[in-house]
Amino acid sequence: MTIDWGSLILAAVISAAVTVGVVSLVAFTVVGLSASVHRPVGGRNDGAPPPVRPAVGAAVAAVCTLAVVLIVGYGLFLVVT
Amino acid sequence: MDVFIIVVVVVVTALVFDFTNGFHDTANAMATSIATGALRPKAAVAIAGVLNLAGAFLSVEVAKTISGGIVAEALITPVVIFAGLVGAILWNLLTWLLGLPSSSSHALFGGLIGATLVAAGPNAVNGTAVLGKVVLPAVISPLLAGLVAVAATFLAYRITTRADAGTAHRGFRIGQVVSASTVALAHGTNDAQKTMGVITLTLITAGALAPGSAPPFWVVGAAGLAIALGTYVGGWRIIRTLGKRISDIQTTQGFTAETTSATVILASSHLGLPISTTQVCTGAIFGAGAGRRLATVQWGVAGRMALAWAVTLPAAAVVGAAASWTAASGPFGVVVVAVSGFALAAGMYAASRRNPVNALNVNDVPTLPTAPAAARSGQEAA
Repeated sequence: MTIDWGSLILAAVISAAVTVGVVSLVAFTVVGLSASVHRPVGGRNDGAPPPVRPAVGAAVAAVCTLAVVLIVGYGLFLVVT
Repeated sequence: MDVFIIVVVVVVTALVFDFTNGFHDTANAMATSIATGALRPKAAVAIAGVLNLAGAFLSVEVAKTISGGIVAEALITPVVIFAGLVGAILWNLLTWLLGLPSSSSHALFGGLIGATLVAAGPNAVNGTAVLGKVVLPAVISPLLAGLVAVAATFLAYRITTRADAGTAHRGFRIGQVVSASTVALAHGTNDAQKTMGVITLTLITAGALAPGSAPPFWVVGAAGLAIALGTYVGGWRIIRTLGKRISDIQTTQGFTAETTSATVILASSHLGLPISTTQVCTGAIFGAGAGRRLATVQWGVAGRMALAWAVTLPAAAVVGAAASWTAASGPFGVVVVAVSGFALAAGMYAASRRNPVNALNVNDVPTLPTAPAAARSGQEAA
């Protein structure tokens, strides 16, 4: 039996890398956007400093979102072609 | 039997299979979005239906072959295709009734294999292709999707530990809708084409099309509409199983599960690896469930699903073989198969009405216990 182990391993590596990449980018976008959110007193993060400064957070979110849009766009391109 | 009549029978049966394929697989893309509330149930199946329809028009590459070399297509007659489709439809309906997400592609392959074995003998079935294109991917793809989803889910929670909960919920909900929509589009591109391939091959064997022809537009449109309609109807029993009976899925997990499914399906398809969308999505949901700390995963459900996956191909093959043997006796045999198939399908539908699952109650299941609660109850029992 001929099994294309090369393609199989490649598919596994690409799937893992892209998934982890996209999920991390979205997670960092969330972290970035959270910097500008007012933290309610008595909440889970009461007293904790924001993860990053609001301006830096917005910039991180913008860059990460752009990267995700490009990756998803390439994924849709693969579906169409 | 008149060629025209058998062609019409096969085309109608193929479209019925396409419809069952649609509602059987709605859960692949939308189960987690419905479970987490990212989309309302009716909106989710409507989006999935439209994207499946759009996907059907994007490519006809898969439609060039219906069996991927698993059976000798030169030996297939319209009656064999009809018998194989009956086997696949009945298995799809039975697993839907039981709420089990099994592969529609494997059911189709199984039905065709059984029907071909009876009609043309064992030499017409390529055992090596069955192993390489069905058995091996069935073992590897859910494991791969599960492992990737575990890592992605762990990372997502880790990175957003200190993020605002509301922002995280909104962000992952948007991501979940986008990734689920990508899965729905990819599903339409792949699965609708199998029916196109079945109909096109039937038209070729009947002499209505030249060998090697691409599917006519009416075939593409009919197959796209059938799978879209089936998707819109929604296989609510399977949606409930995947969305609510595996783990208490949160928005973050829904996003990581659907993203994992989308990337594994797209990467594998692009590299020419045959995988089952259903098995990938199921593996990803289990992985996302296991990737969150303190989450409880119902591994007993996994065992039942694995059993269903293992018997899908042989069970559909047995039904396909019986249908092929009966239909081979002539027009009366074809009528007997059609009537028997319809009666069994109607019986399963009637059985489903005793305990109907629909858009209104799809999320109504007992809340799964968290790990500490489960451990406490275990200690109390001891």
